[in-house]
Amino acid sequence: MSDQKVASSLKDIDSVRTMIKRAKFNDHLFGMIGLLCITLILITLLILFMDLVIDGFPQLTNWDFYSNFPSRRAARAGLLSALVGSSLVMLVTFVSAVPIGVGAAIYLEEYAPKNWFTEIIEVNVTNLAAVPSIIYGLLALGLFVYTFDFGNSILTAGLTLGLLILPIVIVATRESIRAIPVAIREAAYAVGATKGQVVGQHVVKYSAGGILTGVIIGMARAIGETAPVITIGALTFIAFLPEAPISTTPPFLNFEWLTSSFTVLPIQMFSWLSRPSSAFHVNAAAAGAIIILVTLLMNAVAIKMRYNIRKKIKWQ
Amino acid sequence: MNTATTVLKSTQGTTISPRLAKNFRRNIKERLIEILLMLCALSAVFTTVAIVAILVYESFAFFEFVSIVDFLTDNQWTPLFEDAHYGIMPLVSGTLTISFVALAFAVPVGTIAAIYLSEFASHKTRETVKPILELLAGVPTIAFGYFALLLVTPLLQMVFPELPTFNMLGPGIVIGIMVVPYIASVSEDAMRAVPMSMREGSYAMGATRFQTAMRVVTPAAISGIIAAYILAISRAIGETMVVAIAAGQQPNLTFNPMDSAATITAYIVQVAMGDLPHGSIGYQSIFAAGLVLMLMTLFFNVLGHFTRKKFREAY
Repeated sequence: MSDQKVASSLKDIDSVRTMIKRAKFNDHLFGMIGLLCITLILITLLILFMDLVIDGFPQLTNWDFYSNFPSRRAARAGLLSALVGSSLVMLVTFVSAVPIGVGAAIYLEEYAPKNWFTEIIEVNVTNLAAVPSIIYGLLALGLFVYTFDFGNSILTAGLTLGLLILPIVIVATRESIRAIPVAIREAAYAVGATKGQVVGQHVVKYSAGGILTGVIIGMARAIGETAPVITIGALTFIAFLPEAPISTTPPFLNFEWLTSSFTVLPIQMFSWLSRPSSAFHVNAAAAGAIIILVTLLMNAVAIKMRYNIRKKIKWQ
Repeated sequence: MNTATTVLKSTQGTTISPRLAKNFRRNIKERLIEILLMLCALSAVFTTVAIVAILVYESFAFFEFVSIVDFLTDNQWTPLFEDAHYGIMPLVSGTLTISFVALAFAVPVGTIAAIYLSEFASHKTRETVKPILELLAGVPTIAFGYFALLLVTPLLQMVFPELPTFNMLGPGIVIGIMVVPYIASVSEDAMRAVPMSMREGSYAMGATRFQTAMRVVTPAAISGIIAAYILAISRAIGETMVVAIAAGQQPNLTFNPMDSAATITAYIVQVAMGDLPHGSIGYQSIFAAGLVLMLMTLFFNVLGHFTRKKFREAY
């Protein structure tokens, strides 16, 4: 009787042991698979970048590539107009998106009453962040190009990309404003500051780092964005530069460049990539490597800044 | 004491009206700041209204020319040909097929990566990998297009020799790679939000990390995980450059990923690259296609939003 009991419990223990063994094996197996997946993702990023650099190497190391206009011959084609175009478009994007985005975020965090009207604005911001970028291109085509008659100009492209990154700037600014404790505001009010002064001299000042992070990430997104700029009708073959924004003779500033037609880096890359000849693919790879390098650098700076801010500022 | 009384006296001595005037100016300034900031915030509403207005207005002109029944049932999309057909289905089928391939790749990889990061990885690994995932999410899509056309498709052709240069499989996988970081980071956030006490309960019963992850953490975080999948679908549908470069631009009513096909986004790019006159039917057709795209992504965004809200478990 008791022998049987012992035998059956021994059997139970054995089965429990195999069960534990299996569970532990599964645990290790999943650990390996997980690690494999993570490595796979990281390696993909590396391969993507290396592939572009290796394919584009002949042009990346060729100085003329940066100072030549596009050409029908792949070896003589260069990036100059795209580099200038991208810089000017980014200037317009920065000037249009940053003040409006930061202003909107300040309003939503500091001023907005809690009612249906604010709710509508918030839902809109969330929705805009999820709208596909090409839809912004269609908006710009209908609104800026034909209704406002800006044409396919640097101004149109800059404003389009500005609208595109607006939600990014708004969300980042709101987050960093929210991190500032109420005590800071109360202290400012206590010495007689008005709301405008509290916001301008304290809230915005202390959240500047977080706002800058959002702006950098937004600008990085705008530099690499292709679809909306194609939709507004950017040209791919630009063999001239827009008028310089700054001159040595009065009035020193001119705004004719705003209405100039243009091309940007990703569009130049797209047009080279769409050609069947593999000589142009070298150019495309070189352009791609430059775009990736710029966006990765900007993102890396922003991410690093965010981590530093989180570490450094302890309000209590 | 003495100084205090002198101050009081001096304030009483001065007339009160300049102070009121200063207050008045200050109040006006404060109001102006508030109104200006509100206008900034309203720009988001204006943008949405403008998007809807433009899409609907141009599509309206399109649907005066093409009947909605044709638009939805015709199985050819050739607005730029002599023999024009306006059936959106080939574009929708291409869009859905590519999104399906992308999700088939991204869901397993993204979920496993999320579970690993949230439940298995050491603090140090997590803090290193998460920023890199954010970096991957910031890579411009045009670079992924190059990757799809000149690296992934040739590799796939080694496995499937009959695969054409332009196909839906390669770009689908590449879009999958693109949305993996998104799925991983959103799902990981959802899993990290599951309270530690639930894990501790599971471990106390003798469960392994894998058992805890599969039977406790994942079910508790499922609403967030599914929302991540749905939002990833919406991203895959709206993705433009990868498909415009690597999927070919022939509208093709097929669900076979080995074929070449065009998506809604690729069609818009194709038309925009050409030189269509403003107001022509081809010009209006991209707005009709854009409206369909907008409705599709809106559907998935709203679905994702409600999944996250409705099935969120409160702890």
